[in-house]
Amino acid sequence: MAKMTKADIIEAVYEKVGGFSKKEAADIVETVFDTIKQTLENGEKIKISGFGNFVVREKKARIGRNPQTGEEITISARRVLTFKPSQVLKNALNGGEPVN
Amino acid sequence: MPTTKSDLIDDISERLRLPKGKAELIVNCIFDEMTRALQQDERIEIRGFGSFEVRSYKAYEGRNPRTGETVKVDPKKLPFFKVGKELRERINGEGDGGEGARPNSAKQARSQEPRADWHTGRGERADERDDEPDLGEPARGSSSHHGGFTPA
Repeated sequence: MAKMTKADIIEAVYEKVGGFSKKEAADIVETVFDTIKQTLENGEKIKISGFGNFVVREKKARIGRNPQTGEEITISARRVLTFKPSQVLKNALNGGEPVN
Repeated sequence: MPTTKSDLIDDISERLRLPKGKAELIVNCIFDEMTRALQQDERIEIRGFGSFEVRSYKAYEGRNPRTGETVKVDPKKLPFFKVGKELRERINGEGDGGEGARPNSAKQARSQEPRADWHTGRGERADERDDEPDLGEPARGSSSHHGGFTPA
């Protein structure tokens, strides 16, 4: 199955938005993801309407188990990032209108 | 820090000194493109950020947990996101910051790359951002600040 990478997104911005060079398009896309990352790094969520919400959740420390050895280990407190797709995106994946 | 798409658009417009309308086109283009890929069952991998994939589910008999009633659930596809290594580490305060930051130390000051002026070569507004008051919508003139970019 085909795979989309950042390069494809840069290409799309270059072609569909237009008005700048490929190098500039690459910097722009980099900045967009960088901004999102910085926000999440601060523990804040990002809500992209029509796509979904990225939410940072705090997990408490808990006792886990090595499934191979049965040994108990403490899993330290950590933050995890979850993505909750919007209804629009879910519809789009299930026969909704194609995005153009 | 942006938390909605329109905040993100404002932020991009400032950082890149682009008209807001242009920043909006860019942000929309990126997420439309990603949606399109997922619609075609394509996997998306954005290095440093994470990956998305579509998982397909068969139809099954579910139950309304409140009423106990049986309901038929149609086959469906759902997108899944897996956080990338760099972002996971940054969220946990690892990586470049050392091990100091624990979860909860929410707002560490970080050095913000002064990349706002990458296309003009100027670089004077590196530090306006960190102590921006948290007032929701700081009234930003929508068209007052953009120097560079006018579409050809």
